[in-house]
Amino acid sequence: MLKKIVILLFVTCFACFNTVFAAESGGMPQLNPEFWISQIFWLIITFGILFIVLTKVILPKISDNLETRKSQILENIETADKQKEESQKKIDEYEKIILDSKLKAKSYFNEAREKILDDINKKRAALEKDLDEEIGEVEKELSDLKNKSGEKINKIAAETSAELIKELIGEEVNSSSIAAIVEDQSKLNKERKDV
Amino acid sequence: MYQFNVYRIGPEIKLGAVDISFTNASLFMVISSLAILIIFNLGAKKKALIPDKLQLLSELSYSFVAKMISDTAGSKAKPYFSFIFSLFMFVLFCNMFGMIPYAFTVTSHIIVTFVLAAFIFIGVTIIGFMKHGLGYLKLFVPSGVPMVLLPLIVVIEIISYLSRPISLSVRLFANMMAGHTMMKVFGGFVISLGIVGGWLPLSFSVALTGLEILVAFLQAYVFAILTCIYLNDALNLHH
Repeated sequence: MLKKIVILLFVTCFACFNTVFAAESGGMPQLNPEFWISQIFWLIITFGILFIVLTKVILPKISDNLETRKSQILENIETADKQKEESQKKIDEYEKIILDSKLKAKSYFNEAREKILDDINKKRAALEKDLDEEIGEVEKELSDLKNKSGEKINKIAAETSAELIKELIGEEVNSSSIAAIVEDQSKLNKERKDV
Repeated sequence: MYQFNVYRIGPEIKLGAVDISFTNASLFMVISSLAILIIFNLGAKKKALIPDKLQLLSELSYSFVAKMISDTAGSKAKPYFSFIFSLFMFVLFCNMFGMIPYAFTVTSHIIVTFVLAAFIFIGVTIIGFMKHGLGYLKLFVPSGVPMVLLPLIVVIEIISYLSRPISLSVRLFANMMAGHTMMKVFGGFVISLGIVGGWLPLSFSVALTGLEILVAFLQAYVFAILTCIYLNDALNLHH
């Protein structure tokens, strides 16, 4: 069936082809030399004019255009590079300034701290000295008082004992001997305490 | 084959005994050249840093052809840039104008393509002899070939060199003519198969139009690049 259709199609095509070309039995017009010279002549004229105008007028313009564009683009790229470099430089500078100021701030801070610490130390030292002095004085006073109090106690003890004896016996005892006894006693007391 | 007919437009012009009348072929040559000149002149006139469409078109074509030449023929071919550019644009515009219905395809005539190819062939040969003197004949003697084979190789090389203008011209002419003939044939099928069966050849015709536009560009490119290759042979003798 399919084969039949194909063959039928082929036959119709062939028939059509024959009818189309039946009227044209004159051969190829290309091989008819009647207008060859005319064609050559006009070809030379038109192509010659085309070639000359293109060469002398149009192509130099296009090439100029392309060249200027190329150089313009190169120039622009150069300026862009330059500006980029400059901005990089500025950024570096800026960063350096920031770093410097940071360092400075740190050093200011440290200085202030040291100053304050120094101040505090000085004040503390002065205070401590004052305190020490006062404590020393007080201690001295205390020890004086202690020493004196021992003597006074002995004296008081001697006086009281002399008066007691006078009251009890009605007799005056040599005060120096009493004092000596009191002293001995207090010494004994002290020794006993120490032991 | 009506579309390939050349007929006179206006009066008959005679230069001596030869007929140089203005024909439809001449008309389309003039139209193509004018179109190229107008488009590229408009494109080159504006010198904006950021190009608009026409300027971009002209600049892209310029760099396209410049790259094609420097890739195939090297930096020595720079003086021939404008010729190859004109050639490429002329062939391309003639091919493209041929794609307009009822237009005449200049490049579908063997005489036109042959004149272009012969001019290229003669020019390249002259450049080769001017650059290398008789040393240009070394082109026919490839190095590293055994002595026994050398006579045969030389003959083959000479024949292939001499057939360059023919192959160059016939390639372009045959491509253009075959494409247009094929479209004509499919168009004829549409008519003869009528409303019932005509849709298939019609769709073929549409597809062929796209293909033919591709071929029109491709053949112009091939024509230009083969010119570059021949020029490369003449400028840089590699053998």
